[in-house]
Amino acid sequence: MTLFEAYPLLLVALVKTGILLFLALTAVAYLSWFERKVVGHIQSRLGPYRVGPHGLLQPLADGLKFLFKEGVEPQGADRLVYYLAPFLALSLALSGLAVIPFGPAEIEIFGVRTTLAVAEVELGLLFLFAITALGVYGVALAGWASNSKYALMGGLRSSAQMISYEISLTLSVIGVVLLAGSFNLREIVAAQQGYWFGAVPRWFLLPQLVGFLCYFTSAIAETNRAPFDLPEAETELVAGFHTEYSSFQFAMFFMAEYTAMVIASCLATLLFLGGWESPLPTTGAFAWTVYLPTVVLGGGGALLLVDALRHHRGFARGVLALLGALLGGAAWAVAQPMILPLVQGPFWFLTKVFLLLFVYVWVRGTLPRFRYDKLMAFGWKVLLPVATLNALVTALVVLLRESGGLAGVLR
Amino acid sequence: MVEQFTFYFFAALAVISAVLVVTVRNAVYSAVFLITTLLATAGIFLQLRAEFLFVVQIILYVGGIMVLFVFVVMLVDLDVALRQVQFNRQKWVALLVVLAVAGQLVFALALGSEALGLPAAAPESLEPNTESVGLRLFESYMLPFEIASILLLVAMIGAVLLGKRQKPPRSEA
Repeated sequence: MTLFEAYPLLLVALVKTGILLFLALTAVAYLSWFERKVVGHIQSRLGPYRVGPHGLLQPLADGLKFLFKEGVEPQGADRLVYYLAPFLALSLALSGLAVIPFGPAEIEIFGVRTTLAVAEVELGLLFLFAITALGVYGVALAGWASNSKYALMGGLRSSAQMISYEISLTLSVIGVVLLAGSFNLREIVAAQQGYWFGAVPRWFLLPQLVGFLCYFTSAIAETNRAPFDLPEAETELVAGFHTEYSSFQFAMFFMAEYTAMVIASCLATLLFLGGWESPLPTTGAFAWTVYLPTVVLGGGGALLLVDALRHHRGFARGVLALLGALLGGAAWAVAQPMILPLVQGPFWFLTKVFLLLFVYVWVRGTLPRFRYDKLMAFGWKVLLPVATLNALVTALVVLLRESGGLAGVLR
Repeated sequence: MVEQFTFYFFAALAVISAVLVVTVRNAVYSAVFLITTLLATAGIFLQLRAEFLFVVQIILYVGGIMVLFVFVVMLVDLDVALRQVQFNRQKWVALLVVLAVAGQLVFALALGSEALGLPAAAPESLEPNTESVGLRLFESYMLPFEIASILLLVAMIGAVLLGKRQKPPRSEA
């Protein structure tokens, strides 16, 4: 215990890391369920339905299957790099989560005051970009080490794609950094507080609409998702860089991709959508909005209960009814005056992240894949100039505003 | 104690992987060890509280330049590379350079930090230094900054020119 007594922060960080890892991996598993459901309904199918009610146990079944499958190592593979690459991909993706603040308030648990982020990093935004930049290696090295031409081509394609789009990704947020005057994610959110005309939130979404569109497009390409999932275009490259991976090593790439999606959505929320700020003022005519978490949780619980009683029987009815009751209990709990202010920030933050993740899936379900040369041309000839122009215009506006008009600049 | 441990950890990592960069035969392994060298250097920057330098080192060198290295090296035929000569025959020149640098280091160590006008060790916490890096770059070191920019621009234009496909010669009909 002496180590923890000497460094109390270490213990807190360890506990928070454990909680975050558990939540993140569960969320990632259910994100795959969510994606299959949504894409299913977009294509007039039901999606997973057999394992558990509404296929709710599908992620568990998939995880078990990945664990028990045989891991095949291709002939002539570079063993060290072959086994290192999935670890690199997943651990880098997960470590990005550490710097994301999930809510505003300092909370006190068991006498320890702490914040809703594993680490408070001054250059949080830049740190996240550094982590994302390293993510390329997992993909590139996996492609090389597999000793397979499809994997090599997939690895080459995705490294080219990721470094191309990373430039416009970074450039597209320069506008936000200029407006907020900080790389600190908390300060960027703090700069978006307040409302125009008493009701329109002062998020950077409006002044930086071009930046947001550039950011989200580049983020989809950076995470190798459809319609930019060229690295794994199955008609040309089987499965791209992870063609030769099976069993849990494949699952690690899979989890890394979904974690990257979550991080990109979190960052978009923090930079453009006001982070944990409520879209409506919580005073005056809109004071009732503080009870929205209760309404959402209670409504969800009621829906589950009704569905359980009307359409299911046996085991499924019990599971769904239990889930409904749990949501109802949570709805009651968050309405308590002691917890009510604490859940506001995380509620709005997670709601916005969820909406962005839905857009990710929506885009995947509805848009056809780009051709490779068009993808590169689009990144370099359209996104990059637009993002650069956006950064330059924002810089000019900030300069004019800070120095009081043209006369101030020239002086 | 922790301070010293992290320094020696990163320093040892940097030196060992730097040696491995030139001694390993596999070109991809060389690139990977160069990456660890750069990351270890970034770690030392962080220990010196140069947060901005730490992040920029990772974004630019590890996340940008080294990706291009790996990109090219991945296409090298390993069997051919194994049969090639690994070292240039320049060991006497190398020895001379090493001796010169070592002499400088010994000289500096003998003089001590006061004589060289070095600042004291970094304090426990520094002000966030992104702004000060920017100000230094655009005020005190404006000219070197611009020269470096022009050099990069020239290199970029040159690369585009070399990479541009030659027009096929017009066929006489």
